[in-house]
Amino acid sequence: MQISGAQLIVRLLEQHGVTTVAGVPGGAALPLYDALSHSTRIHHVLVGHEQGAGFIAQGMARVSGRAGVCVASSGPGATNLVTAIADAKLDSIPVVCITGQVPSAMIGTDAFQEVDTYGISIPITKHNWLVRNVEDLLTIIPDAFRIAESGRPGPVWVDVPKDVQSAMIEIDTLPAAAVRDTLPTPRSELIEEAARMIDAAVRPVLYLGGGIVTAEACAEAVALAEQAGLPTTMTLMGLGAMPVDHPLSLGMLGMHAARYTNYVLEEADLLIVLGARFDDRAIGKAEKFCPNAAVIHIDVDAAELGKIRRPHVGINADVKAALSLLLPKIQPQSRVQWLERVHALKAAHPMLMPGAEDPRSHYGLVLAVAAALDDEAVIATDVGQHQMWVAQAYPLRRPRQWLTSGGLGTMGFGMPAAIGAALAEPERTVVCFSGDGSLKMNIQEMATAVEEDTNIKVVLMNNQSLGLVHQQQNMFYGERYYASDYRKPTDFVKIAEGFGMQTFDLDKASNPRAMIAEAMALRGPCLIHCSIDVNQQVLPMVPPGAANTEMIGG
Amino acid sequence: MTSSLVPDIKEKVVLELNVRNHPGVMSHVCGLFARRAFNVEGILCMPVGEGVDSRIWLLVREDERLPQMIAQVEKLVDVISVARHGAEHVVFERLEDFFC
Repeated sequence: MQISGAQLIVRLLEQHGVTTVAGVPGGAALPLYDALSHSTRIHHVLVGHEQGAGFIAQGMARVSGRAGVCVASSGPGATNLVTAIADAKLDSIPVVCITGQVPSAMIGTDAFQEVDTYGISIPITKHNWLVRNVEDLLTIIPDAFRIAESGRPGPVWVDVPKDVQSAMIEIDTLPAAAVRDTLPTPRSELIEEAARMIDAAVRPVLYLGGGIVTAEACAEAVALAEQAGLPTTMTLMGLGAMPVDHPLSLGMLGMHAARYTNYVLEEADLLIVLGARFDDRAIGKAEKFCPNAAVIHIDVDAAELGKIRRPHVGINADVKAALSLLLPKIQPQSRVQWLERVHALKAAHPMLMPGAEDPRSHYGLVLAVAAALDDEAVIATDVGQHQMWVAQAYPLRRPRQWLTSGGLGTMGFGMPAAIGAALAEPERTVVCFSGDGSLKMNIQEMATAVEEDTNIKVVLMNNQSLGLVHQQQNMFYGERYYASDYRKPTDFVKIAEGFGMQTFDLDKASNPRAMIAEAMALRGPCLIHCSIDVNQQVLPMVPPGAANTEMIGG
Repeated sequence: MTSSLVPDIKEKVVLELNVRNHPGVMSHVCGLFARRAFNVEGILCMPVGEGVDSRIWLLVREDERLPQMIAQVEKLVDVISVARHGAEHVVFERLEDFFC
């Protein structure tokens, strides 16, 4: 059969099981959009800004574990995607990004809406392509899915000139769909050594990163913790890997951890690090992190072993496979003394949540929303104070329940990511906790949430400020608040109504808990607005560059 | 020679990369070194055989970050293999006449 390059792309997307793509059309992508219009299997979600499309693709990927797809035109369409793709790179999220490009013959002429998409996307993708011939699509599209989803996942970018989209190709059958690469298998002598170290350790701590979620190895990690009696901490990306109310859970470590969590780590003599990369927000000053601990580090990405901290045993492997080999070799231990010490530290330095009883205060609002939901809900956040309050307070209990921008810390992530999650798993309630600064960064996607009738609940903590900037200016810059407060209030309720969202204003509620329950039970998108105090801080806080034990507050 | 006399002079290392030959591969390799703030002193690149693959020779200085740099290079999809040679490798020496 004779089909166009654009039709071939659509067929290959269908073959890879893609049912939803998010994007914005434009001149250089019109052949692709024409082909998409003929697909009966792919639903296109028209967004307000391409960055929203990138985060919708991420939201779909984060809840499903499969590559999300976003589409845009050349020039500004491509550059608008950059932040969302860079965000996917830092959090290892599989995304296939497809953009139109000016016709091949015009590349390099500074043509209308021409930008060097290939060059721009090199440092923010796992891999990228500029498609030079229509035949190349037969290998590039399956490779795009294979690379995005294999090993340590990440975003890939396929830039397709308009003439390549329109060019005809004769094919009999589609190439085989992508099969993920086989993962590195652990060396047995390293597994033996790791088992000996765990058995011999006196004060071991298990440290879980986002990789444990990616590897779908949370059950194995919890089994290891229970078998070996390991207190367990999680990075921001790893939250949900172990239920936060599990007796061995220490919650999140690092800059905004509970004091006791960082103190437990300080005393550790062995760290078992699974699918984590020793990010500076997690470990603080690297030289002072867990100074007395030997390190076992298991990661599917060999380049992470020794990047920040030299492990005593570094195992380049699929962490699920490694754990299945390790578990039978571990002596069951109750570790009474160490766990008693952990409990004593927890009792002396617990997570403090002032105002937890008040549903119109920061922690209280997070807990009141949680009380209105079960574990099937998906929890997304934007970036800032509200993100850390949710990370500290929300009872996350399952992997892929938690969607947050960890590495890049992108304000504007939350709402489109929540829309993506709701599109991928429409039966779930998807909550997006946001702040007024973050929400404004992609507020146009309220229209997308309404148009797609997604079941998202935007919980807005409005302090009329860039709260985390305000907090740092308070703590470290002599209370010189500059460019962090919005002088004139924005009526977010009216804005949301303008986009056609249902709205709930807790400021005016006689019974805020009942209003939250009503909003959560409602089907479809809504905004729940709550004013909060600008002087509330995320505590404890490790000053940037300091050791994790040098916490302020809490 | 005591190290205190010449604290900044580090051993030369020659890296040999076999890569898939296409217009973007040099950008991938050179950009990776640049954005990880690792200086590359010399670069040579030519197609090999039928031109499907290329070989890139890089002259760099020994540094405690070099193993991490090599690990990152090995992750590039278009990089087939990376070999590390010592300063005794002649590839850049033979070209010195062109850089007088």
